Amino acid sequence: MNKSLDQSYQAVMARKGEIMRRAIGIDYAVFEFGKLGFDYEGMMDSVAYSLEQTSRIQRATGVGNTPLLELCHLTALARQIAPQGKGARIFVKDEAANPSGSFKARRAALSVYEAKQRGYAGVIAATSGNYGAAVASQAAMRGIPCLIVQEAFDARGQGQPEIMEKSRACEAYGAEVLQLSVGPELFYVFLQLLEETGFFNASLYTPFGIAGVETLGYELVEQTRQLTGKDPDAVVITHAGGGNVTGTARGLKKACCSAQVIGASIDLKGLHMASDQDFNRKSFTTGHTGFGIPFAVWPDRSDVPRNAARPLRYLDRYVTVTQGEAFYITEALAQMEGLERGPAGNTSLAAAFSLAQEMREDQVIVVQETEYTGAGKHPQAQLTFAKENGIEVRRGDPRESIPGKSIIIPTHPAQIEVKDIGLDNIRLSYLRNVLGEIPYSSLLEKDWEYLKAETRWSQTQIEEALNVEKGELRNGCATKG
Amino acid sequence: MSLDKESILEESVVSGDWVEIWNVILEPEKRAPQVPADTKKVPLEMRLRGFLVNEQAKLGEIVSISTRIGRVVEGKLVSLHPRYNHTFGEPQKVLLDIGQELRTFLKKGVVGDE
Repeated sequence: MNKSLDQSYQAVMARKGEIMRRAIGIDYAVFEFGKLGFDYEGMMDSVAYSLEQTSRIQRATGVGNTPLLELCHLTALARQIAPQGKGARIFVKDEAANPSGSFKARRAALSVYEAKQRGYAGVIAATSGNYGAAVASQAAMRGIPCLIVQEAFDARGQGQPEIMEKSRACEAYGAEVLQLSVGPELFYVFLQLLEETGFFNASLYTPFGIAGVETLGYELVEQTRQLTGKDPDAVVITHAGGGNVTGTARGLKKACCSAQVIGASIDLKGLHMASDQDFNRKSFTTGHTGFGIPFAVWPDRSDVPRNAARPLRYLDRYVTVTQGEAFYITEALAQMEGLERGPAGNTSLAAAFSLAQEMREDQVIVVQETEYTGAGKHPQAQLTFAKENGIEVRRGDPRESIPGKSIIIPTHPAQIEVKDIGLDNIRLSYLRNVLGEIPYSSLLEKDWEYLKAETRWSQTQIEEALNVEKGELRNGCATKG
Repeated sequence: MSLDKESILEESVVSGDWVEIWNVILEPEKRAPQVPADTKKVPLEMRLRGFLVNEQAKLGEIVSISTRIGRVVEGKLVSLHPRYNHTFGEPQKVLLDIGQELRTFLKKGVVGDE
């Protein structure tokens, strides 16, 4: 640590811009315009690599080209429950086949490659999820040091089993893992470490982190065409920080596929993400609404100045499922399809099982990921831990479950049913956040174009939505999501 | 090996041993303004594993470690030869029944057709 610099919370946070510029090497200012806009596509084109280059970089470390598997028994099960003629064929992209066991290897591949190309001494990432293992694995392959910072335990010193497993995996790949207790000041520690080490910030939200996922979307279209002779009709994507949705959807577009893009999150309504007491009351540490909604309504809240993950630009529909439904489908996937995979990655599968029943039998729905499973990140481990933390676990109707209080495992597959979250409300919250105190009468034409692309609303729709809100906005209710 | 010697070995480590240290990063009063009330009552803590730098040390002492990537960090020694304690948990009856239920449910369907 540089002792000559003030290491207090306030002083380090004040050096944020400068630290980040050095640690990412991207000058975000060149893409900014108007009162609030920035050239998103320009940033993606000029900073990240092309699809072909990305694919080449990933293949060099064994990333991507994962199998697309048809889930015949789950499809049959869905058809048995669905109305006559309904029940789309369900496919899953087995991303657990990536070197570190999840699709995150795709995101890490580009960042670690970039860090090495530009001569950084190492890579660092702030993540409690699969991304840590992905960066650590890629760093091992490319031969550079890796430091992972995790929010890992509560004030009792009790670690989340799923995160403990990820710590273990990172260490297995030779990374240093710095574990922290609950709180947003993780970012402060992260900045200190960036300053001390001079490492590259392998953020999930740089253009590299997003472009790496485009190959996933592209591959799944090609594979679906090969296996079914047609394009997928819907693709379901577990949604948390927005990178999975954004990258996959961009890949679909590059493959000229117009499948419906459906985001799915675990419903964790009511649990505060920065609360020490709530920390171990959730049985899913990612893929949940605690990330999914805040990152959709305010993407630039991330650890980079301009987030390359912009889910609202791509989502056609956003649904939730409960923790109990995801555990149920995880068990069903193992027992009916012979694929034992991690529960968090199966969030989108639980949703797809329900969504398939709305679709015709001749249609195709693709679940775009699985993740590895193991001690800690396993339904039995998670349910054991939930009970130890006073959560009620029982069979019943999952709709009765309350996040942080109960987990209800369905008694019948027909009880798995997605709940829609209106994207228009999310768009409105987004607009409130992005506008802040800026009066919308002062916006330039470029800003309007930006807001239209961000919300996929027309100017009239935006104005109508804001007019409804105008009184609130004037009263300074432009609250940050 | 005498019992005495064993207990010394359990409680102390020597240079190069794999250990865990602990530190308080921010005392409660120094925490960020936006943290919720329950989090604000407790300090921000860190735990870190690495190889002991000191020649010898006992639990509770302030030591230096060298991490897997060679960073040297100081902290209170809280665990000697720390192990991973996460497991597959206990068998969960709420999950164990699902496989058989679904197979029975499907029996007249796809299984017979294949």
